[in-house]
Amino acid sequence: LKVINCCVWDPSGEIFELKAELNSDKKEKKKEAVKKVIASMTVGKDVSALFPDVVNCMQTDNLELKKLVYLYLMNYAKSQPDMAIMAVNTFVKDCEDPNPLIRALAVRTMGCIRVDKITEYLCEPLRKCLKDEDPYVRKTAAVCVAKLHDINAQLVEDQGFLDTLKDLISDSNPMVVANAVAALSEIAESHPNSNLLDLNPQTINKLLTALNECTEWGQIFILDCLANYMPRDDRESQSICERVTPRLSHANSAVVLSAVKVLMKFMEMLPKDLDYYGTLLKKLAPPLVTLLSAEPELQYVALRNINLIVQKRPEILKHEMKVFFVKYNDPIYVKLEKLDIMIRLASQANIAQVLAELKEYATEVDVDFVRKAVRAIGRCAIKVEQSAERCVSTLLDLIQTKVNYVVQEAIVVIKDIFRKYPNKYESVIATLCENLDSLDEPEARAAMIWIVGEYAERIDNADELLESFLEGFHDESTQVQLQLLTAIVKLFLKKPTETQELVQQVLSLATQDSDNPDLRDRGYIYWRLLSTDPVAAKEVVLAEKPLISEETDLIEPTLLEELICHIGTLASVYHKPPSAFVEGSRVHLRIPHTRVSTRPHPHSPLKCCPAPHSALGPAIVQVSTRKVPVILLGSRLWTLSITSAMPASLGGAPAVGGGLGDLFDLGGGVGMPTGSYVAPKTAWLLAMKAKGLEISGTFARRGGIIQMDLSLTNKAMSVMTDFAIQFNRNSFGLAPAGPMQVLTPLSPNQTIDVSLPLSMSGPVMKMEPLNNLQVAVKNNIDVFYFSCQYPLSLLFVEDGKMDRQVFLATWKDIPNDNEAQFQIKDIHLNSDVASNKLQGSNIFTIAKRTVEGQDMLYQSVKLTNGIWVLAEMRIQTGNPNYTLSIKCRAPEVCQFVYQCYELVLKN
Amino acid sequence: MIHSLFLINNAGDLFLEKHWKSVISRSVCDYFFEAREKAVEPDNVPPVIRTPHHYLINIYREKIFFVSVIQTEVPPLFVIEFLHRVAETFQDYFGECSETTIKDNVVIVYELLEEMLDNGFPLATESNILKELIRPPTILRSMVNTITGSSNVGETLPTGQLSNIPWRRAGVKYTNNEAYFDVVEEIDAILDKSGTTVFAEIQGVIDACVKLSGMPDLTLSFMNPRLLDDVSFHPCVRYKRWESERVISFIPPDGNFQLMSYHISAQNLVAIPIYVKQNISFFETGSSGRLDITVGPKQTMGKTVECLVVTVHMPKVVLSANLSATQGTYNYDPVTKILLWDIGKLNPQKLPNLKGSLSLQSGAPKPEENPSLNIDLKIQQLAISGLKVNRLDMYGEKYKPFKGVKYVTKAGKFQVRT
Repeated sequence: LKVINCCVWDPSGEIFELKAELNSDKKEKKKEAVKKVIASMTVGKDVSALFPDVVNCMQTDNLELKKLVYLYLMNYAKSQPDMAIMAVNTFVKDCEDPNPLIRALAVRTMGCIRVDKITEYLCEPLRKCLKDEDPYVRKTAAVCVAKLHDINAQLVEDQGFLDTLKDLISDSNPMVVANAVAALSEIAESHPNSNLLDLNPQTINKLLTALNECTEWGQIFILDCLANYMPRDDRESQSICERVTPRLSHANSAVVLSAVKVLMKFMEMLPKDLDYYGTLLKKLAPPLVTLLSAEPELQYVALRNINLIVQKRPEILKHEMKVFFVKYNDPIYVKLEKLDIMIRLASQANIAQVLAELKEYATEVDVDFVRKAVRAIGRCAIKVEQSAERCVSTLLDLIQTKVNYVVQEAIVVIKDIFRKYPNKYESVIATLCENLDSLDEPEARAAMIWIVGEYAERIDNADELLESFLEGFHDESTQVQLQLLTAIVKLFLKKPTETQELVQQVLSLATQDSDNPDLRDRGYIYWRLLSTDPVAAKEVVLAEKPLISEETDLIEPTLLEELICHIGTLASVYHKPPSAFVEGSRVHLRIPHTRVSTRPHPHSPLKCCPAPHSALGPAIVQVSTRKVPVILLGSRLWTLSITSAMPASLGGAPAVGGGLGDLFDLGGGVGMPTGSYVAPKTAWLLAMKAKGLEISGTFARRGGIIQMDLSLTNKAMSVMTDFAIQFNRNSFGLAPAGPMQVLTPLSPNQTIDVSLPLSMSGPVMKMEPLNNLQVAVKNNIDVFYFSCQYPLSLLFVEDGKMDRQVFLATWKDIPNDNEAQFQIKDIHLNSDVASNKLQGSNIFTIAKRTVEGQDMLYQSVKLTNGIWVLAEMRIQTGNPNYTLSIKCRAPEVCQFVYQCYELVLKN
Repeated sequence: MIHSLFLINNAGDLFLEKHWKSVISRSVCDYFFEAREKAVEPDNVPPVIRTPHHYLINIYREKIFFVSVIQTEVPPLFVIEFLHRVAETFQDYFGECSETTIKDNVVIVYELLEEMLDNGFPLATESNILKELIRPPTILRSMVNTITGSSNVGETLPTGQLSNIPWRRAGVKYTNNEAYFDVVEEIDAILDKSGTTVFAEIQGVIDACVKLSGMPDLTLSFMNPRLLDDVSFHPCVRYKRWESERVISFIPPDGNFQLMSYHISAQNLVAIPIYVKQNISFFETGSSGRLDITVGPKQTMGKTVECLVVTVHMPKVVLSANLSATQGTYNYDPVTKILLWDIGKLNPQKLPNLKGSLSLQSGAPKPEENPSLNIDLKIQQLAISGLKVNRLDMYGEKYKPFKGVKYVTKAGKFQVRT
């Protein structure tokens, strides 16, 4: 039988010929003709025109012919629904055949005919087959229910097939059980909320029994189903683990991985001091290692899952570093995954070995792999502090090879090392500078420029180096331009005398000659900073940067837990929550915890890394936020541009993925807010300066309304009347919402308390300091002026809780130069009390994360004019000093936000 | 579950498609072709490819891509294992799994695929059962079929599918009852420049060819079962007995099957049978280089190393090699840049050596990467881990079977860095 490999069916009489053969009286000729038709169909030719002739061959005793016709029917029934009805009778008849093979074949084929009209005729035969005496027929019928459900879900429910299917879970034959589970699982996928697989200890026991006796595929279905069960206590959990463990020695890797999933999930419930817990941990390593000796495709999926497992339980594979060493002929996708896991397993104990390997890889042929290996060396340095020195010297060796892309990668990672360990390895700068000319990739150029700017004071010819980059400024990529701008400003602040001309040049290039709004804005900010307040400029530009940590590329813990529950699935391959990418989302799974209520919510790493390496980066969904230009040219523009642009940019944020939904509950879980802090009144206007009128006051925010609380005291000899109040223009447009109500005349020595509601609708002018308010009070005697300062917390609005994803994106989006760091000293509160207190003043904790005894609170604040302020507060147990990092597009407010923190926390 | 399967050859021709649910247009393969092009080498095509509405999971075997399409969450390993099973079945049925044999037997292929999956759920994947359902083609049978008009489809219900031992068919009958076991060990190793072992492990399998009548119940025991701490068994093996007594007790499938595989990673147990002294260097100027490789025996346990082959992946700029070998023949393929030195038997008295000069593309800079050596070898009658079968007992049947055990050690991924 020859097959011509072409896609167009040539109707040059071939169909006609086949038609004649199909209608031949000779059995043999008929069969050969059907075979020819099938062969054509297989290679994608359209032979649907022969439908009636082929269906005519169906009523035969010849099993092979019957099967061939069935094959044909399945393929073409959809396009010939009317004809397909002709076949119904034969199916119904075959379902009653004494031979179970025929019955099963009929019920199997029936379900594959995806024609609506036919389905209802099939319900009766299917019902019979589900209760057939022969398990082979029952197991086939179970799958048929899933098929039918796919075509007409309503019909299946109305006919009660789902209940029959559920009953089959208790069938005596293990294969029937496995198929029933498989069918139910598939149906459940399209009904995320249905309770189809209602698992209880009895059904679990049935499943575990069937597990030992069914085929390898059935075992996978059953194991995946078991993984959805939530054991009642640790004893049940242990007994399930014990019965699942033998599956780890199965030859089928999918069975092994599904068993690993069940064990990883259920062992969470076991007490850690249990002997069995340790035994189980030991048993998990060998099967995972064995998966790595399989075919490369299997290895790839295994490695993606091992990547999750080593993040969750590094102890399982910590001694198995060597199996992840890359082999010369591994496919590239396996190499890259192995490299990633090597870094995750790197520790002080094995770092020498790892580095030796990485150095070896850096001389391989594949450029992508070499690059990643070089980056990996940098990650090792950041992860294992003791190895940093060795890593740096390895990188220097690699730079000496002068291989272009190796040098460039090395410089990018050395920049990160500098950020992690400032003032430690600067001696290598000279070597780096030697390679300046060979850098042609933006990332490497930007990194080198950053280094030159950051250490300008130690590089004698820093100005020359930077100047050389300036020549082709407009041809550089934005990344390099921005970095160059900042670096030259840094240089200027460090060596002002010699570099004035250079800084002028770069500022004018960045502002006047550039079309890029980001670049222009940054240029203007610097320009203005430098021209108004060089001291402030120094504080802002040369501020101490937060350290980077290796955690940036870890999967955030909530997602990790979810993925552990989905080991072996597509979700685990993509490291994304199942709801994020599979059509028809799945039920949300969680790892069971024995102490759910007391367990603090783990949260994502929010540390910002200057250049997240995309390939190594965490699988965090990127949120696109429009860049908001902040122009500081005039004070009027300043507030306007922010109020109008900011909400728009946030509006574009997508909904949060399923795994993150619970974060919103955090505020409520912490406890009721305690209400905003109000400072005691202070004297604003002294009697001696105001003809006997003394005013003391404070500001308060009560239920979203801003109030100015005033105490007016008459220290003069005569009665005071006709009070009125007015504010000068101020930074945030504060203005009295109505006239000041002092109803009775104020007698000598009398004090009256007034609460004046304020609005934000007044005229705006930037004040110095920002929170300064100039007030005029008038009475029957004269007009008096005073100024007072309000806490910025007055302006923190109630809906200042930022979406977590938006927070992440915004934090990244705000340039690091806008970050300010403060110390809050002598606070003796734990993080929960602190965040509760802050919440009273509308400083909202969005996420909390605990790393090595250090609590990190991520907080957001929104000002009345729409400015967002993001903050990260680090609290070390036992240390009364908190570290506060504040990021805001308008960096001027940071200082005042910090003051609010201090005020709130200390009172 | 598994929705569709496409078979695509190395040239990118889609030559077979099979759908187990609704028909998915073959245009979905465009995403695969895109990935294929990006990967350059066929081996580097990522196994899981995401498209807007489907996932493509593929394996590459015998110059054929088996591309399966899935639409809902299905464990990828499940799919990959299944695809391997398909490739093995073709191999089993047609002697080789190639585009030509698949095209020649397209109807059988289609029948097989139909039996292997139902609605995307695996149905019959055991070779024993499949062979009862669909008879493999033989020259004799196809002749008989043409003459008598009988078919190659089984008429009866495959008995194994219902029993608790689905891997074995009932009523097996042989005149010569025999059971052979091959212990095959492969050494995976990486040696560094100085010859130090960076990494070494043994991948072992026990392949069986059992042709016994009736329902034999076999027990295989080892002299030193303690070596085996990481094992994977064929479903027929009773795991409980292994746990408690360290013996392998099983009712075998009929014919060829892999009884178990194991993995030995303890470094002290992995003997490295040979050493390689090599020096491959390129000169800064003159577009040339030198090569000098000597191979000698190390831990051979007194056996002879045979079928020794050294493969060197040369840098791209190497145009030709002018070498002389004291033993065996060498060949440099300037297209694939692979130097192949076929040594044959290793003579410990006279160590084979290959040396000479390499010429590079003129004007090309000195290559940056270090070439890497791959070693192939074979040692008969030795399992390098020292594993030994103690005895094989048969219960349940009365006849006396003929038994045999063979050992062989091979190099797996055996790599020497330069």
